[in-house]
Amino acid sequence: MQTEISKQTGWRLFVRSVIGRAYPRAVGSVRDLNFLFFDVLMPFMATIGYVYVYRALNAPEEYIGFVVLGGAMMSFWANILWSMASQLYWEKENGNLALYIIAPTSLMSILFGMAAGGLIATTVRALAVMILGSLIFQVSYVVTSFWLLFAVFVLTMLALYGMGIMLASLFLLLNREAWHLSSMLQEPIHFLSGFYFPVKALGFWPAALASIIPLTLGMDAMRQLLFAANVDFGFLPVELEVSILAGLSVLYIAAALFMLRYMERLAIRQGKITDRLS
Amino acid sequence: MTTETDLKHPTNTKTFRISAWLGWLIQSNWTDPFVFAIYSLIVPMAGAAILVVMYMVIRGGNFSDPDFLNIFIGNAFSHLANGVIQGVSYGILDDREHYRTLKYLYIAPIRIPVYLIGRSVATVLVSMISVILILIFGVVFLHIPLSLASVNWGLLLIALLLGMICFTAMGIFLGGWTLLIKNNPYDLGTVVGTGLFLFSGAIFPLSVLPTALRYLGYALPLAYWYTLLRRALLGEIGRSFPMFTGLSDGQLVLILAGFALLTGGLALLTYGWFDKVARDRGNIDMISNY
Repeated sequence: MQTEISKQTGWRLFVRSVIGRAYPRAVGSVRDLNFLFFDVLMPFMATIGYVYVYRALNAPEEYIGFVVLGGAMMSFWANILWSMASQLYWEKENGNLALYIIAPTSLMSILFGMAAGGLIATTVRALAVMILGSLIFQVSYVVTSFWLLFAVFVLTMLALYGMGIMLASLFLLLNREAWHLSSMLQEPIHFLSGFYFPVKALGFWPAALASIIPLTLGMDAMRQLLFAANVDFGFLPVELEVSILAGLSVLYIAAALFMLRYMERLAIRQGKITDRLS
Repeated sequence: MTTETDLKHPTNTKTFRISAWLGWLIQSNWTDPFVFAIYSLIVPMAGAAILVVMYMVIRGGNFSDPDFLNIFIGNAFSHLANGVIQGVSYGILDDREHYRTLKYLYIAPIRIPVYLIGRSVATVLVSMISVILILIFGVVFLHIPLSLASVNWGLLLIALLLGMICFTAMGIFLGGWTLLIKNNPYDLGTVVGTGLFLFSGAIFPLSVLPTALRYLGYALPLAYWYTLLRRALLGEIGRSFPMFTGLSDGQLVLILAGFALLTGGLALLTYGWFDKVARDRGNIDMISNY
């Protein structure tokens, strides 16, 4: 008996590749309950530490909310660093990269799938941290505009994951440095992006420089929309931050496409991109 | 000259020396020394900077306030505690999963815990340098009142020595445990490090924690260690930090010495058990899932 195989091409192939790569991230990762310990409890514990620093300093209660939001958003940055930027490096280490490259689909669809799956799984984790933190520390929110909040979140994620796809291509050029670079981009970005304090406190130019990381403006806008009673901690007006985030989304997605094409050309020319050198 | 006996039975000193050199090369040779120096400093500096800005936002720029000084010192030394614990435990994972050499180390006539301690020396050194630089940063830019003349060097050295023994033992325990973990073993060190940081009184007094969690902090050596370090470096300012105010320096040293004995003994016992189970399960050359 002969089984007929329908071969997908064009956009259908692209979409199926995206879903295929997103599936293990969004669904597969939840099957192993270790994620509750490592991906929810761990960022939550880091968050608690900073909450208690504010408590020890007798800070106003909204600062506890800032830290809880920062702790939740920290999951996205960790996901970008370790599961987007470093992912192709890990695949190279494990020998899967060659399989991705020879697969009859585009690398971009695989990266989009990684981003989509990672975004879904991380949103669940971030929500868990946010709910847990809000309940334990009795954080109260005053949402001024749900639609604007939703728009800020979506644009932040678009820009952030576009940046993640771009970094994945860049990290492919690295060997052991990839691991160290991800480590190095963790805590300094927690500082520069204002995960635990309003980024305005850094001063205009450092905060402006830190705004190349989409989470900086995203978190600042979300804080202004969630804790409206004290709008004076905002770095820029929310509307301006939304516009900049929209610009960053386009910029990073375009840069991701360009970088990936560049890497593919380099791979063909050098023929050693899948070599495990370290 | 290397004799045949040397090769068959290398001493612990030799194992330590060679693994320390290996650890240093692995730690540093992925880039040039300048980038390595920046990499080694930027992470702990960023951690300190987060606390500085948090303090500034709430209390303004008075960095000679005892609350800030005690937080600053605790945070600086937390890099050393984490460096030792994670440095010792991480080596076993790096060798098993990244370099895939653990199986060869296991058939070599060496003691693995000695190898692990040696392998971590580079991480510990880098952490120590980070602590010193954070303190220098504090003195130069934040004008924290810390001077070499006012430091109680004897107390500082005793505290550092006892702390090192405790954290090395905890690292060996953690290293043994990671041998048995099939999923996400790379995260274990970070989870334990974060947890210990939370219950250590490094950046806030334990009294801020809910009562049940507070006792967890009392059951670990870190809180006593940070208290001794604060007292050694800051004198009366360190004593004003609301942790163990009823205990004298000598009592704290004795408690920490007790912890050093306890954790050291437990580490040796538990490592032997983890090692046996890992061999039985065939985990020595396993590649974990993540």
